[in-house]
Amino acid sequence: MTTESAGAEPPSRGIDKAGIVIAGLLAAVALVLVYDANQIPATTMYGMGPQVMPVVIAIGLGILALANLIDAVRGNLPPRESADPVAVLLILAGLALLIAIIGFGGGFILATTALFVTTSAAFGRRAFVTDLVIGAVLTTLIYLAFDRLLTLSLPAGPLERLL
Amino acid sequence: MDTFAALAHGMAIAVQPMNLLYALIGVFLGTAVGVLPGIGPALTVALLLPVTYKLDPGGSLIMFAGIYYGGMYGGSTTAILINTPGESASMATALEGNKMAKAGRGGPALATSAIGSFVAGTIATIGLAFLSPYLVDIAVRFGPEDYFALMCVAFVTVSATFGDSPVRGLTSLFIGLTLGLVGIDKLTGQARLAFGVPELLDGVEVTTLAVGLFAVGEALYVASRRHHTEEKIEAVKGSLWMTREDWKRSWKPWLRGTAFGFPIGALPAGGAEIPTFLSYSTEKRLTKYPEQFGKGAIEGVAGPEAANNASAAGTLVPLLTLGLPTSATAAMMLAGFQQYGLNPGPLLFAERPDLVWGLIASLFIANTMLLVLNLPLVGLWVRLLKIPTPWLYAGILVFATMGTIAAKPSVVELSMLAGFGVLGFLMRRFDFPIAPVVVGLILGPIAESQLRRALAISLGDPMTLLQSPISATLLVVALIALIAPFILKGLGRFKANED
Repeated sequence: MTTESAGAEPPSRGIDKAGIVIAGLLAAVALVLVYDANQIPATTMYGMGPQVMPVVIAIGLGILALANLIDAVRGNLPPRESADPVAVLLILAGLALLIAIIGFGGGFILATTALFVTTSAAFGRRAFVTDLVIGAVLTTLIYLAFDRLLTLSLPAGPLERLL
Repeated sequence: MDTFAALAHGMAIAVQPMNLLYALIGVFLGTAVGVLPGIGPALTVALLLPVTYKLDPGGSLIMFAGIYYGGMYGGSTTAILINTPGESASMATALEGNKMAKAGRGGPALATSAIGSFVAGTIATIGLAFLSPYLVDIAVRFGPEDYFALMCVAFVTVSATFGDSPVRGLTSLFIGLTLGLVGIDKLTGQARLAFGVPELLDGVEVTTLAVGLFAVGEALYVASRRHHTEEKIEAVKGSLWMTREDWKRSWKPWLRGTAFGFPIGALPAGGAEIPTFLSYSTEKRLTKYPEQFGKGAIEGVAGPEAANNASAAGTLVPLLTLGLPTSATAAMMLAGFQQYGLNPGPLLFAERPDLVWGLIASLFIANTMLLVLNLPLVGLWVRLLKIPTPWLYAGILVFATMGTIAAKPSVVELSMLAGFGVLGFLMRRFDFPIAPVVVGLILGPIAESQLRRALAISLGDPMTLLQSPISATLLVVALIALIAPFILKGLGRFKANED
């Protein structure tokens, strides 16, 4: 069960800064929508062209930004527990590694093994070598099963060419 | 009776050995993935979509039927044994089921949930088979303006009406609608929100969004707060079988749960939460053993589980007949159809009856297979639950990224997956519902093209939306559904009372 007492922030009725950031982001997206819609050349046709819907959605987002802002100022956001930034950053680093390895042609096994090891470290594992071996075996099996048996095309790198 | 003939024909397709094998694989994979903690049926379907890429549409949809029901069954096993419902619809099950498991009655809890799901699924599938032709008859009379109005109803009910906060629900929906704009506009060929990136011209893939939001987002969220939780798996002790007493206490909740689940699921209102909680509170009121509620009452597992399964079959009614997904899982099913260029709706019934009725017949078969497979295999599922959390989530992420890598191995697509993962994490952290994003992405472009078609036919006169009686009625319903939660301040309040 959750231990509410340990990391829970007090249920403040004050201004929620994160909520204001959310409202700001929504407003920014609305502006991007309007800007992008203005780039679309007007076409002559009956009814509505492709630029109308973005503007309608932008108006909706603008109203919702305001509503979220009101919620944030009133402190109406649900309480949050403290988060562990290291764990989140580790997984994101794993995803970045995966994208880089795929981008540079390192292949499926190398890329997903990197993600496996960082994720498992994010969840508190410190046995780096063990996880590396488990990750490599698991992803090799997945590669063989899906690339060879189910003929999905997974990107091949130096390791895959050895198989 | 047409329905009987069509269903018999579908049955003949579904029992072909290859199709039976597909259903079996689907049920097995669906349960295996669905049983993993934190993975609900929507993500199960999203994760397993790539597996079906290479099959023919018929076989793949049949496998889907199995994955769908298997994922639901797996989710309730997790809810009972470790009290982490993969979706809000399993919350009622977790409430009583986990208490039963703690008291050493995990076996009967799993059994009543399995048999209840079977009973409810079967009745609801019969309902689906007989209701669909009528709805198809109505749906063929729908003009584009009526479809647009219907989608407005779905948008509002999915996001605003039944959630905890209409503002946050609508915010989620509009994020989805925004993502739906990305790419080439189908009517004019103009690029929108592509910012000169060629990969964005095709639009946002539903699977990338769903896997990012559900799988990557969930992994980030669980990792961020792993210090707060400690999961404990209850061993399945004692007999697996239900006693006479258990049967006596279960059969009425099964039927009542089905009666709640199917109609509410079939309405374009979305969500299995309402029927499961209605069923839970009804059983609590009707039971002869009120003192057991909150401590592991079998009625509290039997009813909500039946309601959950019946509503899952119910959501297939608007999905198949109108092409209208009203839950994240249904949206994923629609994505499954779309990967073969198939659009569910009245036309599909006319053009590909073999496909539709084969799918419906397969639901019966998948349901039966689950009943036969799951109770004997419960030991295997429990072992899956015992995978240590770090490896479990590492494996989930590997599998989740594999789907995207297989479909589009590009840096842009994978960056989008990671970006949606961060979005999913933030939405969980700040308590924004996820399903409306997926529904918005998939329904938004369809709603827009229906609206533009309607306006093109009326030569740009927006009054066409109010001149059609169907459309006018539906728009009023949507408006009421939008305003009601602000006035009543939380139709979902009864949920809080049950916790």
